[in-house]
Amino acid sequence: MWEYSDKVREHFFNPRNSGPLEEANGIGDVGSIQCGDALRLMLKVEPETEVILDAHFQTFGCGSAIASSSALTEMIKGMTLDDALKVSNQDIADFLDGLPPEKMHCSVMGREALQAAIANYRGEEWSDDHEEGALICKCFAIDAVMIEDVVNANNLNTVEEVTFYTKAGGGCAACHEGIEEILAKVKASRAGPGEVSPPPACPATPEAPKPPSKKLSIVEKIAKIQEVLESVRPMLQRDHGDVELADVQGKKIYVHLKGACSGCMMEAATLGGIQQKMIEALGELVQVLPSSHMPVEA
Amino acid sequence: MEPTYLDNNATTRCDPAVVEAMLPFFTEHFGNASSIHAFGSEVGKALKKARAQVQALLGAEHDSEIIFTSCGTESDSTAILSALKAQPERNTVITTNVEHPAILTLCEWLEKEGYIVHKLKVDKKGRLDMDEYKSLLQDNVAIVSVMWANNETGTIFPVEEMAALASAKGIMFHTDAVQAVGKIPIDLKNTKIDMLSLSGHKLHAPKGIGVLYLRRGCRFRPLLRGGHQERGRRAGTENSASIVGLGMACELAMNKMEIENTEVKRLRDKLEQGILSQITHCFPTGDVSNRLPNTSNIAFEYIEGEAILLLLNKMGIAASSGSACTSGSLEPSHVMRAMGIPYTAAHGTIRFSLSVYNTEAEIDRVIEAVPPIVAQLRKLSPYWTDKGPAANPEAAFAPTYA
Repeated sequence: MWEYSDKVREHFFNPRNSGPLEEANGIGDVGSIQCGDALRLMLKVEPETEVILDAHFQTFGCGSAIASSSALTEMIKGMTLDDALKVSNQDIADFLDGLPPEKMHCSVMGREALQAAIANYRGEEWSDDHEEGALICKCFAIDAVMIEDVVNANNLNTVEEVTFYTKAGGGCAACHEGIEEILAKVKASRAGPGEVSPPPACPATPEAPKPPSKKLSIVEKIAKIQEVLESVRPMLQRDHGDVELADVQGKKIYVHLKGACSGCMMEAATLGGIQQKMIEALGELVQVLPSSHMPVEA
Repeated sequence: MEPTYLDNNATTRCDPAVVEAMLPFFTEHFGNASSIHAFGSEVGKALKKARAQVQALLGAEHDSEIIFTSCGTESDSTAILSALKAQPERNTVITTNVEHPAILTLCEWLEKEGYIVHKLKVDKKGRLDMDEYKSLLQDNVAIVSVMWANNETGTIFPVEEMAALASAKGIMFHTDAVQAVGKIPIDLKNTKIDMLSLSGHKLHAPKGIGVLYLRRGCRFRPLLRGGHQERGRRAGTENSASIVGLGMACELAMNKMEIENTEVKRLRDKLEQGILSQITHCFPTGDVSNRLPNTSNIAFEYIEGEAILLLLNKMGIAASSGSACTSGSLEPSHVMRAMGIPYTAAHGTIRFSLSVYNTEAEIDRVIEAVPPIVAQLRKLSPYWTDKGPAANPEAAFAPTYA
């Protein structure tokens, strides 16, 4: 049985705001038929202020789907629509003191129902662009579709790269076989029929920048380093983290890891990935270290 | 109140007599059966007795046809991989699409390795198409592996007939009988079955012990090589305490076979009828006229299985579900999918599996507990109104699916 928090149990056994809402003027129906979860969220919105006066739900789903729905209605009551749209699936999970990784999609469904209901109220079309695949990495709740998309978009070739980009495989490592299978599949589709796929060691990135042959000036070097850091920041920010340059001392690049990145068990993997990018961009071997490793000045 | 355990197809409690038989093999009879001294020979005698007890339950002709393994999964893997290794000129496996993952996941891997796997389909009641099966029995088939009884629905497959058909074409036949052994009579010497897997913990023996029955004369290649244990067919020091426990459990199962097929069956039928008569929009799945005496699998429409289980669990009742959410996968049970059960029902399937330890009072309590739980969840369901299911459920609630 799942390890549900007391709050999840409490919201499942005693769901709040369940059942139809007669005066609803915004209704969102979303679901994932394969996963067996479907949710109808009903909002009663005051037209002048756009404040959510009441919210009800009906859910076909498991314990955490019902608990997520119940939590969502409690969270958004009294909010304006604009504020409600800022509620993320992580907020729903946090409200419930966390969900097992396999169940995070229940909170995603809640967030989607909210978007759909608000779109319905405003007379807009809401279309869902979120596709869900089989769960690969149970440590970080990363599914196959997500890994495949990231592998495709970034021309990834190794499990280490996938871990850097998605975190998948960065925990217990049990899913590495699954990640390798996705890599092989994408590689096969990249090569196309009749073509021979390149050996694993050779990245299939013809347009990748060639390492500069001439030695960079210090200003050029810093600019390159900043460029690399800027390129990884959106990824880290997605996980509520961030990074900035602290100092460059010879071949050692010191960075501040901020937000969720600081103290994260994935810190080494994050730095390793940034280091790999630095080496490629600068065309020389460098070391990326956390700012805490900086030599203390006398 | 004592909890009610109705999940005996998942695992069973060890019979107290089994535990008692095992205990000396952790202490005074700790020897290695291979040793020449008295410590070893005591254990050797106990293993011989256990082998005979298993042989009797399976109706095997020779006790040397019993190979002790670590579990049903090991027995399944050993059987299929052995058949492929021993007959390199044959590259095809025939199985069904409702097998246990111990077979299906292995077969998926074999496909990646280049082997051909034919999975027989089932109809709405979970029955095989024998004409399809006959048409697939070609010279390139190394082995047929078909479960004796389905773990989710209890549906029994005609494995004796299927083994005879395979044998007539010179094809090996294996059956995963993990759910059948101990629940229905088996007499292997009068069948053409070449290999059979059983698992101790499904019949009140401990976890971590299984058996592969291997018909004398069937070509074989071991999975584990090493010492000469099990006549070199399964290396590794014998799990003597568990083997002794399994032997005792087999003897008890022989004695209780009659009760299993009368009293347990009666309680199962009472439970099923009690639920079906009180609740609308639910139905039993599988081939109800031809199934294990202890299993009832009921699909409750418009609600989800995990939610049902959590509420049952709160009342001290243990069962299991074919819903996606209980397995951590995204798909509902492959068995329900194979039978064409619609998603809105497949996600709400609950399996009740009884044992000889269940009592009439327990069954009465479950019959009383289930209807309010189903009503409570249906009240939350967007497919349901206070008058029953939405007039046209599919149209009344047609969510945007991811």
